[in-house]
Amino acid sequence: MTWSHPHEVTRRADASRLVVTLMFVLLAVGFFRIQVLGADRYKLQSTNNRLRPVTLPAPRGLIVDRNGVVLAENEPGYTIALLASDEDSLRSTLERIADRANLDSLKIEAILRRFRRLPHEPTTILRDAPFDLVSAMEESRVMVPGLVIQTEPKRNYPYKETVAHVLGYVGEITEQELASGAIPGARGGTIVGRDGLERQYEDVLRGEDGQRFIEVDALGRTVREVLDGSTLERERQGDTLFTTLDIGLQEFVADVFPAGWRGAVVAMVPGTGEVLALYSSPSFDPNLFVGGMDPETWRQLSQAEDTPLFNRATEGRYPPASPFKLAVAESALLRGLVDMDTHMETPCEGGMLYGNRYFRCWKADGHGSLTLREAIQYSCDVYFYQLGLQLTLSNLLSDGVDMGFSDRSGIDLPHERTPLFPESIEYFNRRYGQRGRDWTSGVTLNMAIGQGENDQTVINMVKFYAKLANPQGRAPDPWLVQGDGGEETSLGLSEQALADLREALYLVVEEGTAVGARVESVRIAGKTGTAQNPHGRPHGWFVGFAPLEDPKIVVGAIVEFAEHGSTVAHVVTNIIHRYLLGPEVEPARVIEYLLPSDSAPEPIPILPDTSRGRRIPSEDVSGTALFR
Amino acid sequence: MERHYFDKSLIALTLILVLVGLATLYSAGQTDVPSAVSKVWQKQLVWIGLGIVLAVASFRLSPRLLEWLVPGIYAAAIALLAMTLFVGVGAGTAAGTKSWISIFGVRLGQPAELAKLATILMLARMLGGRRHPPAGIWEALPAGIVVAIPFMLVALQPDLGSAIVFIALLFGALYWAGLKPSLLLLLLSPGISLLLAFSTISWGIWIVFLTGFILLTRPHLVEGLALWFTNASMGILAFSLWEQLQPYQQKRLLSFLNPDVDPRATGWHIIQSKIAVGSGGLIGVGFGEGHQKRLAFLPAQHTDFVYSVIGEEFGFLGVLATLVLLALLILALIRIARKASDPFSSMLVAGVATMLLTHIVVNVGMTIGVMPITGIPLPFFSYGGSFMLTCCIAIGLTMRVSWDSQGLRYLNA
Repeated sequence: MTWSHPHEVTRRADASRLVVTLMFVLLAVGFFRIQVLGADRYKLQSTNNRLRPVTLPAPRGLIVDRNGVVLAENEPGYTIALLASDEDSLRSTLERIADRANLDSLKIEAILRRFRRLPHEPTTILRDAPFDLVSAMEESRVMVPGLVIQTEPKRNYPYKETVAHVLGYVGEITEQELASGAIPGARGGTIVGRDGLERQYEDVLRGEDGQRFIEVDALGRTVREVLDGSTLERERQGDTLFTTLDIGLQEFVADVFPAGWRGAVVAMVPGTGEVLALYSSPSFDPNLFVGGMDPETWRQLSQAEDTPLFNRATEGRYPPASPFKLAVAESALLRGLVDMDTHMETPCEGGMLYGNRYFRCWKADGHGSLTLREAIQYSCDVYFYQLGLQLTLSNLLSDGVDMGFSDRSGIDLPHERTPLFPESIEYFNRRYGQRGRDWTSGVTLNMAIGQGENDQTVINMVKFYAKLANPQGRAPDPWLVQGDGGEETSLGLSEQALADLREALYLVVEEGTAVGARVESVRIAGKTGTAQNPHGRPHGWFVGFAPLEDPKIVVGAIVEFAEHGSTVAHVVTNIIHRYLLGPEVEPARVIEYLLPSDSAPEPIPILPDTSRGRRIPSEDVSGTALFR
Repeated sequence: MERHYFDKSLIALTLILVLVGLATLYSAGQTDVPSAVSKVWQKQLVWIGLGIVLAVASFRLSPRLLEWLVPGIYAAAIALLAMTLFVGVGAGTAAGTKSWISIFGVRLGQPAELAKLATILMLARMLGGRRHPPAGIWEALPAGIVVAIPFMLVALQPDLGSAIVFIALLFGALYWAGLKPSLLLLLLSPGISLLLAFSTISWGIWIVFLTGFILLTRPHLVEGLALWFTNASMGILAFSLWEQLQPYQQKRLLSFLNPDVDPRATGWHIIQSKIAVGSGGLIGVGFGEGHQKRLAFLPAQHTDFVYSVIGEEFGFLGVLATLVLLALLILALIRIARKASDPFSSMLVAGVATMLLTHIVVNVGMTIGVMPITGIPLPFFSYGGSFMLTCCIAIGLTMRVSWDSQGLRYLNA
């Protein structure tokens, strides 16, 4: 039978029909699976395919001072970003615009890393781009596929260096922070607070980013913005931070602080703990950090010898020196060892012999026999050596702990340093070995005049003087935005005893070591101090408050390498004058220096240098006077 | 007197498909980012016009004259294919291959498409001339050589998709010429070995099955042994053959198996096509509205993936309608092949049916990932002059076969 016989052909045709029909049915089943059963999944994929989320960055909250003056604000900035379909095309686009946008290979690598993390979102190329670059890019849109130009709020600090350490600064979140999830709610490209209040109140200030969608094609080119209201999420600005700062006073502080010198000033309301001004010198311009800092500027700032990024008011630790004598006096009064009129056994003849060592007073001529009141007024070291010995070291230490010298002040700023203060004599035993053999009571003498194993922050000393200033002998923790509600511990003295101490401090300024800083019409109480500094020339202290009858402000200041506390007193009394009498009144001019300062005696080499705190590197200050 | 008439259903099906295809091509050009594709439908219109002229000419051509011309046509097609290997250029989605004949930079056409038709004709003449079906593999060998020559030349371009079509043409022709299905299976066995060799276990099972099958069907001893050894060597050679493939071919095969391997590169086409088809749902997103296509996520939306546009814009119902039209066309061709007045004509139409069916199944299957991406066009839909003309000539020749067969009443009984 031939193959083309009709019966044969018909048989094969029938089989073919069956096979063909089956093939088409199978194809239809395949389409049914995808189009009917899988439609939802694929529709979703299609949507994800063409829509790219673009973050609408939330403006950070404002930071204002106590009168509503804006200290940190936002101004519109331009961010240039690119949408890309893959790394290679992004790289080639970047290389094309490298010259114009000033991108080197390092920056390109950083951008590509950013892209790999979030490939479906616009990759930021340049934050805070200058306007002429933005318009140049806009014009050459054809050459730069996927170009997205966004307005992005940009932080601005109108007072620049003046409040830098309080406000801190902002910067883009780092890859490490992002990976560790250290900052909840943050995403790639988020601007976060880096220091100061910006860091402390990050959660309050950040707000919530919004999101819009743009439709793109497969090559990542923007086709149109999706204006469907349901997909748009508006950004929400962060909350405004109301601070206790008085920017007028802060500016005055920055102004009156001796230019070119290092140090810190803190001004506070003693009754409430509100910080009115907090200044650290040298300062920096936080605006430099906005939009990313170039490595050279960063290197200069972070490696500068005078460490401008370091907040000396809360992170710097200094021997408290003579201002600490009030703590010794307070402790002795509390324990009933002395009253304001008690004389010590040995009158001051420029020093005293203890053990086989001679401990000198700052005044080589000697003060003679003094009462406690006079000893405070003239800051007599010999008197306090003996008072410290009466107290004993362990009482001195435990009372110091009670007064808060071993704790942080609790101010709401990041990185506050814990003071160095031994909690008991165990500290010395642990560190040096047996008492009497490896170390002696000579330690007590050093501690009694605020030297030795005792380093305090300016903010902590201000807190202590706030307690002295308040009638009840208690003061809240210092705060800038909100107090920490910490328990206020009292110094424990009677109101009369406290008033007597204040009177003695008043005499310091009226006719004692700080008489040179006396101003007319304000009764200021305070204490000078000159901290021996193993790294160089002594640091000058002054902590004071006013008015005497009802203190409204307490101010502490330190000037590194200033030689004499009495010179610092001048700065503080000016600040107090300005605060109490207002900016309209001419600041009282300093008369002249009548007395030598209460420079602490040369340190007695009792102990090896153990204050291993973060030391400010010394600098060779050629004998220039602080004030001329 | 014999009453002749045009095969109205064939004409109607062809015209509807051509019009739907043109509309789809128009839609494929409607993208948000302007591209050259937007004007492609106008060019296709020109090709259609030229195709109709050629279809009429083919219809007027006497089958006897054609049969006489076949060896010349086949020789010319082979010559063109051989020439393509030396002077061929790449284009469009197949830029890396040498598929095109061009003169002075003007691309004239893809000889592979014409060669398909020439091979159909050559097979029809060779097998149609036999009284009896090939009794064994040995007798089918000449037909195999007729196919092997263009297959090799096309595979060297390299154009894997078209090469597969030639294999299909051989099996279609042998089947229609009456070769026993068991022999067909044995012929196919080396290919199956090649595919299964990627897993030793599956290949082992297959060899055991094949051995039993050879023993049962008892082909000629030499043939049986030759087959068995071919299969065995295929399994062993598979790996080195795999190495011989171009990297993009390897990737295509791999991504066919798992499109998620590298979604941005190789699997991209399959994934985007499936997303396009799937997001069409039951009724589609509407003519010209396909997002995938508009935003250029869909690759080669006017050629290889033109059917995805239908899937996205007309949904499952549109797919079903076009599949029915395509199926009806193939069934009509089978009907005409069955009724053909002579073996040559019957073989010719069966060959056309095989060619179109292969193109349809591979192309449509590819859009939903059930077939590997081979880049062969969908008849009447995909943009492309050579294939459109090939199809028109094939339909013209079929019309003539249908016309001629109507006098033969006894066949319709």
